[in-house]
Amino acid sequence: MIGVTAYGAYVPRYRLERKAVAKAMAWINPAVWGLAGGEKAVANVDEDPITMAVAAVRNAARNAPDPQCGALHVASVTFPYSERQNAVIAREALNLPETAVTLDVTGSTRAGTSALLAALNQVASGTARRAWVAAAEVHRAKMGSADELLFGDAGAALAVGTESVLAAFVGSFTLTADFPGPLRETEKKLPRSWEERWVRDEGYLSLIPKAVAAYAEKANLTPERIATVIYPCPYPREHALIGKRLGLPPEKVADPLAAQVGDTGTAHPLLMLCRALETASPGDHLLVVGFGNGVDVLHFQATDAVASFKPARTFDALLARKATLIPYEKAVAFRELVPVETGIRGEFQAETPLSVLWRNRRAVLGLQGTRCTRCGTPQFPPQRICAVGECQAVDEMEPYLFSDKSARIFSYTGDNLAFSLDPPQIYGIVDFDEGGRMMLDFTDCSLESIRVDQPVELHLRRKYHDAQRGVHTYFWKAVPIETPGQ
Amino acid sequence: MATGIKDKVAIIGMGCTRFGERWNDGAEDLMVEAFQEALQDAGIEKKEIEAAWLGTCFDEVNIGKSAIPLAQALKLPSIPVTRVENFCATGTEAFRGACYAVASGACRVALALGVEKLKDTGYGGLPGFDTAMGTLNRFILPNFTAPGGFALMATRYFAKYGISPEEGKMALARISAKSHRCGALNPKAHLRKEITPEQVLKAPIIAWPLGLFDCCGVSDGAAAAIVTTPDVARALRKNPVFVKSLQIAATSGEEMLTTRWDGTYMKTTTEAARRAYAEAGITNPREELSVLEVHDCFSITELVTYEDLQISERGRAIRDINDGFFDLEGKIPCQSDGGLKCFGHPIGASGIRMIYEVYNQLLHRAGPRQIPDPRLGLTHNLGGIPSFSVCSVGIFGL
Repeated sequence: MIGVTAYGAYVPRYRLERKAVAKAMAWINPAVWGLAGGEKAVANVDEDPITMAVAAVRNAARNAPDPQCGALHVASVTFPYSERQNAVIAREALNLPETAVTLDVTGSTRAGTSALLAALNQVASGTARRAWVAAAEVHRAKMGSADELLFGDAGAALAVGTESVLAAFVGSFTLTADFPGPLRETEKKLPRSWEERWVRDEGYLSLIPKAVAAYAEKANLTPERIATVIYPCPYPREHALIGKRLGLPPEKVADPLAAQVGDTGTAHPLLMLCRALETASPGDHLLVVGFGNGVDVLHFQATDAVASFKPARTFDALLARKATLIPYEKAVAFRELVPVETGIRGEFQAETPLSVLWRNRRAVLGLQGTRCTRCGTPQFPPQRICAVGECQAVDEMEPYLFSDKSARIFSYTGDNLAFSLDPPQIYGIVDFDEGGRMMLDFTDCSLESIRVDQPVELHLRRKYHDAQRGVHTYFWKAVPIETPGQ
Repeated sequence: MATGIKDKVAIIGMGCTRFGERWNDGAEDLMVEAFQEALQDAGIEKKEIEAAWLGTCFDEVNIGKSAIPLAQALKLPSIPVTRVENFCATGTEAFRGACYAVASGACRVALALGVEKLKDTGYGGLPGFDTAMGTLNRFILPNFTAPGGFALMATRYFAKYGISPEEGKMALARISAKSHRCGALNPKAHLRKEITPEQVLKAPIIAWPLGLFDCCGVSDGAAAAIVTTPDVARALRKNPVFVKSLQIAATSGEEMLTTRWDGTYMKTTTEAARRAYAEAGITNPREELSVLEVHDCFSITELVTYEDLQISERGRAIRDINDGFFDLEGKIPCQSDGGLKCFGHPIGASGIRMIYEVYNQLLHRAGPRQIPDPRLGLTHNLGGIPSFSVCSVGIFGL
């Protein structure tokens, strides 16, 4: 049996109220008032599809490394790099084996389900024992466009394998079509679409029912036998209409999360699947539909083991962890859509020495330090000579992974002098519960809500973007764990 | 066994420019100004200087690398000139080079000059640390600044001793207000206005919990010292100032690589002070020292330094601050010239500027801020941030 063996989503902490977008931008496009309900998830300034794919995989893997992984496919249409593989950066961060096959899957929002299909085929062919699939999107849209309100940012990850299968893969159907919904020339920042009515009616409303019906006929699957159908469509009215056309009662149509998250592109079918698997019962048939230049339909059936797994953070917990992004202009500035005053301090960007990154990649991307085998003290960055005054052992270090260890705030500050697009720049020193100390940037927090001794998690984030030279660098940041009532 | 530097080197001439935003003066102007004052003070001729040390930190926004800018500015006649740099402890490092040259017998007269031209960056505060910390650190250190690095110590100090932010910030405000009273008396100081603790508390936050008036001035300036052997010094004047001790301690990394350091003190200051007292023969610094010039880059730095120098007991500095112990009229005045806080902080010059004030106090040249009958003065010059630092302590006396 081949199927999904682990799953986990990632929803960024920030939410943008659609009303705030409409208030700011309806002057140019009054139609956005019609889309102004609810909120959407927005990536923090230091997040991109790589960091969110890593976060989703870690959620699914319950923060444990996976030495049996044979492949990592990452899907997105908003990758930071078009050359320098995005998936391999994620693999380094996840400390997956360097023999794992890595693949960027992109080109259309169907890439998420296509990546999942490829991973299933890889495991079926025996070339990988276990394959990881992640999809994530950090959208950019023109200010005042419908896309700006409809699309949200999130990530999702699934492990595919043959042991402890939670949802068995039953079959699939793919229909490809050069239906040019959104299109974006290489080198361009922003996508452009043909008339919205045409995209809705001839795209979503026509192609999804056609492909699902074709698969159902092939698999002899009637609406009665299906528990849940997962398909994207950012327009709420048309989303419901697709279900009707498929003869599905509303309770069998998975909530597209429009009110809380927005449509998350390549990630969306996988994100909805992560949510559906949390409540699936053994024997349930689930159809997962990916849309974009065609349609993928994937059929899974939940096994008896489906309830035995929970990601590190459940979907509800991800939705509950949130903060409203205020004001709207911040969301625009975070995506580098408009020039903002950074001051001369913010203009300065030193060259990124890539040879230094290469030889230190396990420390920088993988957060690997060393542990002294004589005195047992974990140390970061890696050391040759033990820093413990009375030990000083030379070359008696072993590799030591910090990214999965718990840590606490030792000290912190909120710095208004350091340049930040989200001031103040919050950083401090954290102590690891099992030893080791680091000075780190903090993220996803406010100065008012953090305190000494507060537990933190570590997350890979973008450290900086050198726009002049086209370099994104990544490192780990501390995310204070917010306890209820604070 | 090492015999130390005590009484082997004397200071015979010192000079210091006015510190501040010297928009219309370049580093050359500042170096010449400080040097000419020192030379006149020493009463010697330039040709008697046999070696020189230049201290400057942010060379990329300043005079560039090497010691050549000093040799050329002063037209030193092809003598050995060396540039040194040790973050904000650079000035004392230059001074140490000159002292070691004299103490070793390699030179009879040596010059130390520190200069920094900081106001050509286009923004407030120090230049960014992006390129100052090495190439690996660019990938792994946070986007920090100096006030942020020291703010971490304030957060930690308040947490360890159970001090509320209001109480802690008030103690820090008293430190800054005290230094402003001294700075107002000093014609060479960058900031010459008295302020109240209440004004300090109302100032905008730079790096929580430190506000604008918890931070020192970022200034242009230069300071110079001419040192020589005791014999030469005594031939020139009857009361030369002697170096009693010069100690430098650089972190081994233990503060950040292990979890032993509790973040409420400076390990390097503690060690440098311990060795300096031993070298100078001081057993009870609280009773024996007359004047302190400490590295008050931020108010919290001055607070923990009182403890690291063994003047205040650990955790009890606030009591001494509240008692006025470090005021100009107090038991041991600290920052009688206004300190980094008000005199200003042209990085490479600051360590020598501190010595300049102690020297002037010992020679009763400090005018309206003269301390009665000073015997021993201490300078404390710190580089880096508390988690990775280099610290020098100097002790001077007649």
